[in-house]
Amino acid sequence: MKTVIIKYNAGNVQSVMYALDRIGASYLLTDDEAEIRSADKVIFPGVGEASTAMAYLRERGLDRLIPSLKQPVLGTCIGMQLMCRHSEENNTTCMGIFDIDVRRLPAADGLKVPHMGWNNINQLRGPLTNGLPDNAYMYFVHSYAADVCPETVAVCEYGRPFSAMLQKDNFYAAQFHAEISGNVGQRVLENFLNRSL
Amino acid sequence: MLTKRIIPCLDIKDGRTVKGTNFVNLRDAGDPVELGAIYARQGADELVFLDITATVDERKTLIELVRRVAHAVNIPFTVGGGISSVADVSALLNAGADKVSINSSAVRNPALIDQLALEFGSQCIVVAIDTRWIPASDDTASNEMSSPRQHIVHTHGGRKPTHLRTLEWAKEVENRGAGEILLTSMDTDGTKAGFALELTAAVSGAAHIPVIASGGAGTMDHFVDVFTTGKADAGLAASIFHFKEIDIPELKQYLAQQGIPMRLTN
Repeated sequence: MKTVIIKYNAGNVQSVMYALDRIGASYLLTDDEAEIRSADKVIFPGVGEASTAMAYLRERGLDRLIPSLKQPVLGTCIGMQLMCRHSEENNTTCMGIFDIDVRRLPAADGLKVPHMGWNNINQLRGPLTNGLPDNAYMYFVHSYAADVCPETVAVCEYGRPFSAMLQKDNFYAAQFHAEISGNVGQRVLENFLNRSL
Repeated sequence: MLTKRIIPCLDIKDGRTVKGTNFVNLRDAGDPVELGAIYARQGADELVFLDITATVDERKTLIELVRRVAHAVNIPFTVGGGISSVADVSALLNAGADKVSINSSAVRNPALIDQLALEFGSQCIVVAIDTRWIPASDDTASNEMSSPRQHIVHTHGGRKPTHLRTLEWAKEVENRGAGEILLTSMDTDGTKAGFALELTAAVSGAAHIPVIASGGAGTMDHFVDVFTTGKADAGLAASIFHFKEIDIPELKQYLAQQGIPMRLTN
């Protein structure tokens, strides 16, 4: 099985690569269109700022390539947000794969933003949550989040409920960092790389 | 609900843990990778590796160590000690560190925080603040050990006082883009008499970013106090974990029973 990690100007790609090493999965880090198109699974990771990341994707045509992919695609963190319609972060138009907007988390009730640390996810649906206990704890670091919508397959709450995971057709996304979320995070990655998906 | 975090800290010298441990089941008690992996399995929420050496040769050892930790550990980890440039941070993050912690270099050159936040994002920039209470000579009325305003930032492992007041420095590092503050009270560090609660609460109240409290943990109740009275987001300790005076699974269970949000793993 060929797994590709999309290479772009967002951090944390290393952590994802190490997580795949731990699972024993091989992968290729690339921004080459032919390589990405021919992959069985595509991972679109990232931490960073939305408008800078989108500008980079547009420059390389990745903003058109990613939505056109037919194989399973997993976006994580900023990757997930860029797959939504629009982000409040610097008023950024995103790829629109998921029919939902990304809004800033409220800094109300003494809540600190970014939302940083371990939080539980629930209302789990879909193949990526197979084997996860309800209220599994995942590691989050983010200041913006997608609202809950019909494509939400896991919900987290910080100031307001938000989409911890989204799924539509062959597109999957997680707001948390599965790659450093302990055994449950590893399970999400294993579910994505499972041959039956 | 967002949980409070329990963070063991490992001091590293020449790629080895410095303080001894009494983990009898360790094949190599000095191997930070093995110790880190054990803590991760026990339910530690994060790890901090503090390199207490800083020569160029030893840096290479550290990078190699970070790579090995990243392969072995599936929770976030921070690396600190002797970091003073964008290049240092880049090398550590590329090796697989999730966050870096800077201390003296940020005091020397505060603009470094801005630079690092811009280059790598605030989420991976921890500013460590070592602080010590210094009584004001002319103001005996407020010479309370606990008065947060009397706390002065120190560098060089807490030996060298600066001109910076801790509360003001905490706000400044946040404004410059720090993602977290690792607050160590040099007064309580090593005492096992409890965290500096009033100071921690003051810093946590002044900053809008998470505060990791460090220095003074001796009992499980000290952690209860630092999360309630101290309003800390995370509690860090070293020897009490290494010497198994406090067992992490037991600590987290206890804290959960006291109503503190905890990630409990099986």
